[in-house]
Amino acid sequence: MLGEKKHIDHFLVPLHEILPKEEAEKVMVFYKSPLTAFPKINDSDPIVKQIGAQVGDMIKITRKDATCENVYYRVVYEK
Amino acid sequence: MAIEKMISHIKFSLFSPEMVRKLSAEKLLVPDTYNEDGYPIDGGLVDQRLGVIDPGLRCKTCGGRMRSCPGHFGHIELVRPVIHPEFSRVIYVLLKSTCQHCHHILVKKRQRSVVKKKVKKGEVVPGAADLGIITSKEEAVKALESADEAEAPILGSVPLKDAEKVKKVAICAKCDKPQAIVSFVKPSAFYLGKKQLLPSDVRDWLADIPNEELQELGFDPVYARPEWAIITALLVPPVTVRPSITLETGDRSEDDLTHKLVDIMRINQRLEANINAGAPQLIIEDLWELLQYHVTTYFNNETANIPPARHRSGRPLKTLSQRLKGKEGRFRYNLSGKRVNFSARTVISPDPNISINEVGVPMMVAEEMTIPINVTDWNIEACKKLILSEDYPKALYVLRTDGKRAKVTEKTKQEISDNLTSGSIIERQLCDGDTVLFNRQPSLHRISIMRHKVRVMPGKSFRLNLVVTPPYNADFDGDEMNLHVPQTDEARVEAELLMSVEGQVISPRHGHAIIKPQEDFVSGAYFMTRDATEFTREQACQLLAIANITNLPEPDRGQKYSGRLLFSELLPKDLNLKIKSKLGEVIEIKNGLLLKGSLEARAYENELIEKIFHMHGDQAVRTFLDSSTRMCIFGVTLHGFSVDVSNYTIGEESVKKMEAVASKARKEVDGLVMQFKNKTLERLPGRSLRETLEEKIMAILSRARDASGQIIEKDLGMDNNAIIMAKIGARGSILNAIQMSAMVGQQAVRGKRLTRGYGSRPLLHFKKKSLGADAHGFVSSCFKIGLTPQEFFFHSMGGRESLVNTAIRTARSGYMQRRLINALQDMVVQSDRSVRDSRGVLIQYTFGGDGADPKEVGASRQALEKVGEELEPDD
Repeated sequence: MLGEKKHIDHFLVPLHEILPKEEAEKVMVFYKSPLTAFPKINDSDPIVKQIGAQVGDMIKITRKDATCENVYYRVVYEK
Repeated sequence: MAIEKMISHIKFSLFSPEMVRKLSAEKLLVPDTYNEDGYPIDGGLVDQRLGVIDPGLRCKTCGGRMRSCPGHFGHIELVRPVIHPEFSRVIYVLLKSTCQHCHHILVKKRQRSVVKKKVKKGEVVPGAADLGIITSKEEAVKALESADEAEAPILGSVPLKDAEKVKKVAICAKCDKPQAIVSFVKPSAFYLGKKQLLPSDVRDWLADIPNEELQELGFDPVYARPEWAIITALLVPPVTVRPSITLETGDRSEDDLTHKLVDIMRINQRLEANINAGAPQLIIEDLWELLQYHVTTYFNNETANIPPARHRSGRPLKTLSQRLKGKEGRFRYNLSGKRVNFSARTVISPDPNISINEVGVPMMVAEEMTIPINVTDWNIEACKKLILSEDYPKALYVLRTDGKRAKVTEKTKQEISDNLTSGSIIERQLCDGDTVLFNRQPSLHRISIMRHKVRVMPGKSFRLNLVVTPPYNADFDGDEMNLHVPQTDEARVEAELLMSVEGQVISPRHGHAIIKPQEDFVSGAYFMTRDATEFTREQACQLLAIANITNLPEPDRGQKYSGRLLFSELLPKDLNLKIKSKLGEVIEIKNGLLLKGSLEARAYENELIEKIFHMHGDQAVRTFLDSSTRMCIFGVTLHGFSVDVSNYTIGEESVKKMEAVASKARKEVDGLVMQFKNKTLERLPGRSLRETLEEKIMAILSRARDASGQIIEKDLGMDNNAIIMAKIGARGSILNAIQMSAMVGQQAVRGKRLTRGYGSRPLLHFKKKSLGADAHGFVSSCFKIGLTPQEFFFHSMGGRESLVNTAIRTARSGYMQRRLINALQDMVVQSDRSVRDSRGVLIQYTFGGDGADPKEVGASRQALEKVGEELEPDD
């Protein structure tokens, strides 16, 4: 149907990146929270699959809002 | 926040009859309460072993007195078991999913193949082993071979939630017996085929289901054996739960629950007597059913398909379920919401002369409410004076250092005052300047509760300044408001810092002023800053004095003072603004001097107030609002400003023009209808011919109203008070003026012309299938002259719709709000600007995605503007 096109290429899908483990550690330290306190995302999520994130990875989502760019973190969980 | 202990789970379970008997302090035998002497009957429903509610008596179980005895449960032995109505659904599911002969789980045939596959793969099927059917692959294969392919079902596991979906199985796998249909008639009757199952039969059936199989059905048999849902021993709550009241006449009036329990016991006794006397089965079953009815209504008197049990007066009894359920139930009425001390409520009325952060408190309220004051070495004399005082600012109570509380009375006050030591606390009456919280329901946003300062006044109503009316959404048609007095220093400081009225001038919703001029105040501001307004020296002095300004500027219009000059005195000296006003002029303020332009509502609230707030802070805004209110209202009062019918009367020429507009519109519509009938009307893209016609007609008619609006504006003009008010945003709108003096316009229901009514026409006064303007709700008359009867009906039709809509909207948005609040209530913006719930789980990394406070967004905008202005060379 869409052939090779991926969801991440769509202009409405914000930037998803896998955070390296050290970076994820830093985020956890910054927010003084254990991994369990972070929002979740299913490993069945098409974008998670496309960027190849594994269960336990932290994903950084950069969104452009009307006022500013903002960052959101999610942790991949098994569905 | 350290979490010391966490609730991991909550378990609800059933009481077994043995547990009920163990829990019970007394087996109740007498279906009565008090004897002739007014003493509780032994073994009656208010037996003294169940706790005490009368002062002076001692509990026969624990020996405690009225307050110290918590009450004890009793029980009633029912001679015949009865189904617990709240569990009848669960019982039904169990009856359906177990065999009526051997009481093992029934399984659908389809599931057999699933089990078969799993067994072939060598997987262990949960439950299969316990049921003794298949434990190994070999056995399974053997069972399958020996069984008749089509008929023999296999047992497996069925979770409770799926059990209801299980269709009846023709034959039980365990005992090979056919199953009759089990049916359930609400609230508590079960049938096996056509034969009714008695509660005792149901009980025996359920008791026979093995524990392991119950587990598979989602039960925990240790805590909830299903046969416990059939009541044999009924737990009776302690008397403290159902206290009786002594009326003035000395009669005792029992609680609804006690009445219900008496009913249950009476029937229970009659049933027992009949059984013992060997009465026919029919009579016994009738009584048994009556017992079931009483037990059912004891738990829930609103059970479906059952007439509610009534009091002698005809009022339905309030039984257990009714005590807990709904808005008036224990949870929402007593636990989520509580009545509080140190609060007052009365009618509100306006007072433009008090400050916006004040609240006028009636003397009656101030005398009743108290504030605790710590007595120290430094204020002990003042405290003594308060204790000894004859009238108003008095101390009402003293809390001595030994913790005892003493009421200050005429007799005791001298002694109390003499013995007063620092370290005690006196409770003095509410005084001017005290911090209080003021609130109007519904409290839809945080500015529905604000901190005010007390101003004690004569009269019986709370007084508030008109400009704080919008955040509370209050008016003075009988509204009441609540007042709370914070009792500790911490509470007061917190209220002052976070909730003060002057700090809430800018709404956190849109960043514009929400505490803003209203009605006459707006008219006054416009009037004061109009070109033509000038005052004599005497008037100018009065105007300035009322606004607390002591310095009279040099007159700018010969001997006279312009309104703008006087108004400018209220503005900060460093205020520079250039605003485009609603009226199309430019309002220019330079160095705190209003040079040109007249103020209207939007310029006032969105620019002036906002800018002063961001530049000079809350106190500056407060004084500005206080004094400008007074000056503007006084100014406009000097001149006089009112509206009457003549403001809505248009000249003859305009009337003729109006008539021309209406008849032209009608003709155009007729023309369109002709085209439609001749099929010469051109279709709009995406519309049917009929829709095209409707759309075009609506366009013509709304154009007609706009045209008449222009005629009106021209005719009435800017020296008409009604038009002035509409244009500056003080009150009313141009549409109001149009409808009153020109034409009401097209009426609509569901956004379309009126069509419903008598078949092919909305009213009988028009020809059938007429498509003209008048036949479908075009009202060309105005309110002042009056509507024709047909027009009147049309207008009512449109009016009904908008009335219904507002009613529905408030109800729906209220419930939506309740749901939102419940979902969001424990989310907190933390100091790192992240939003988290009570478990510390992150919801948002930065509040709102940008961390911006809408209240301050305006400030940065203003700051930017200021930078821009500074770059521009001045003069």
